[in-house]
Amino acid sequence: MSKDETLGEALRQQGISRRGFLKFCAATASMMALPPSMVPAIAAALEKARRPSVIWLSFQECTGCTESLTRSHSPTVEGLIFDVISLDYHHTLQAASGTAAEAARETAIEENYGKYLLIVDGSIPTANPGYSTIAGVSNVDMLKEVAKGAAAIVAVGSCAAFGGIPHAHPNPTGAVSVSDLVKDKPIINVPGCPPIPVVISGVLLHYLTFGAIPELDSLSRPKAYYGQSIHDRCYRRPFYDKGLFAEGFDDEGAKKGWCLYKLGCKGPTTYNACATTKWNAGTSFPIESGHPCLGCSEPDFWDGGGFYKALSMPTEDISRTAVYAIGAGAAAGVALGALNRAKKAKATKAHEKVTINDLEKGN
Amino acid sequence: MPCVTDTASLPAGAGENLTHNVQPLLHEIRHALAKLLEDGDGTVIDLRSLPLAPGEEQKLLDELDQGEVTAQIQALGPTEIIETRYPGVWVVVHFNNDNEVVGKFIEVCHIPALLCSQQEDIREGLERLSHHLLEATT
Repeated sequence: MSKDETLGEALRQQGISRRGFLKFCAATASMMALPPSMVPAIAAALEKARRPSVIWLSFQECTGCTESLTRSHSPTVEGLIFDVISLDYHHTLQAASGTAAEAARETAIEENYGKYLLIVDGSIPTANPGYSTIAGVSNVDMLKEVAKGAAAIVAVGSCAAFGGIPHAHPNPTGAVSVSDLVKDKPIINVPGCPPIPVVISGVLLHYLTFGAIPELDSLSRPKAYYGQSIHDRCYRRPFYDKGLFAEGFDDEGAKKGWCLYKLGCKGPTTYNACATTKWNAGTSFPIESGHPCLGCSEPDFWDGGGFYKALSMPTEDISRTAVYAIGAGAAAGVALGALNRAKKAKATKAHEKVTINDLEKGN
Repeated sequence: MPCVTDTASLPAGAGENLTHNVQPLLHEIRHALAKLLEDGDGTVIDLRSLPLAPGEEQKLLDELDQGEVTAQIQALGPTEIIETRYPGVWVVVHFNNDNEVVGKFIEVCHIPALLCSQQEDIREGLERLSHHLLEATT
């Protein structure tokens, strides 16, 4: 597909029927967390869409975000890469290497200046430029150079969005997020360690469909996916409301599927789509597998006081608090949330490390 | 292709961890069905946008059961369309080429739009048929 060709034209040339295209749009709407009633509008917009040039920069990262995207169960992943967007530079996925790869990046910048989409995964080291370089260019310099001509930037993964694990105490590389360095471009944060693949695809498709960035929350995350807490959408929420909690991973409460709050679940302070979109072709998500949410889509989740420690436990007995919460309704819930956030902030400030005791649910 | 009404894969103990969302969903479907009857307006519910406990989606599908019509579409991977035992209530499941579910909807309508032949495809079919007949006569 050439850049001048619309997506509708390209799909028809590939022998994809209108019916197939409508199916694609229905799956896309679902992926973008839009109501099914939007399918005709999506179809009309996608049909006329021209594929944007995309430059993907990977800095201090583990490639988990790319792994996540390429294992997306959506019908669009190949389409996303080969048809829907023009992925002009991605040093892990592209066939070219060395000088040829860097030349592809420079050509894409030149030909699409002001119009291309920049995707970044990984944090950027600032303590010493030599900690992470690509073709001899420091991550800071490459980000600034490529960001200049970008229409918008998508920071994929918690490292690019918030600094992530490299940013965790004591942050030896001086790792920072994209938004710490780039101040004059629209930035969409798609955090998660890694982000849910369909969320990555959905954000890219939203940009392609509507030619604009989606509505964002205060941390620049798309509200469609990060607008509600894991806790609010969790199927175990009714147990929280009733004050029924698992106290250990093999106790009666765990076997009955009760709430994992006391086992350190960060669902109440974590905003992401895991509880509804789920993982692995919609199979399940961590809480459904019996594990507390780690809060990986929130800033500084690694320094949050221990994954298995009930950091957010209020000083009051939780069962009693939950009973009050049922009685007092939302007010108690808000107060509990504020208490949890304050404790999380305190732990973050103290940069408490995860110890073996935490892993064994030490107190 | 996995069958949407297959209950064999239900995990042991399913049904204990309920969100109690099945009953409200059935009520939503009832309202949508009444609306369809009254003013002809259809409704589509995206099952993947709702928090459902393990086994609850299957419970919902079991409640809806299977009616008179089952159809399969082959377009960008298979799509399974089943009319439930409540006429006008359809379960539409889209799979990709690897038979992974990429969309699951309940459509309350006279016939899911995807089953209807599309104008563009009809036009293209007409061209192909005309070309074929022209070739046959020359």
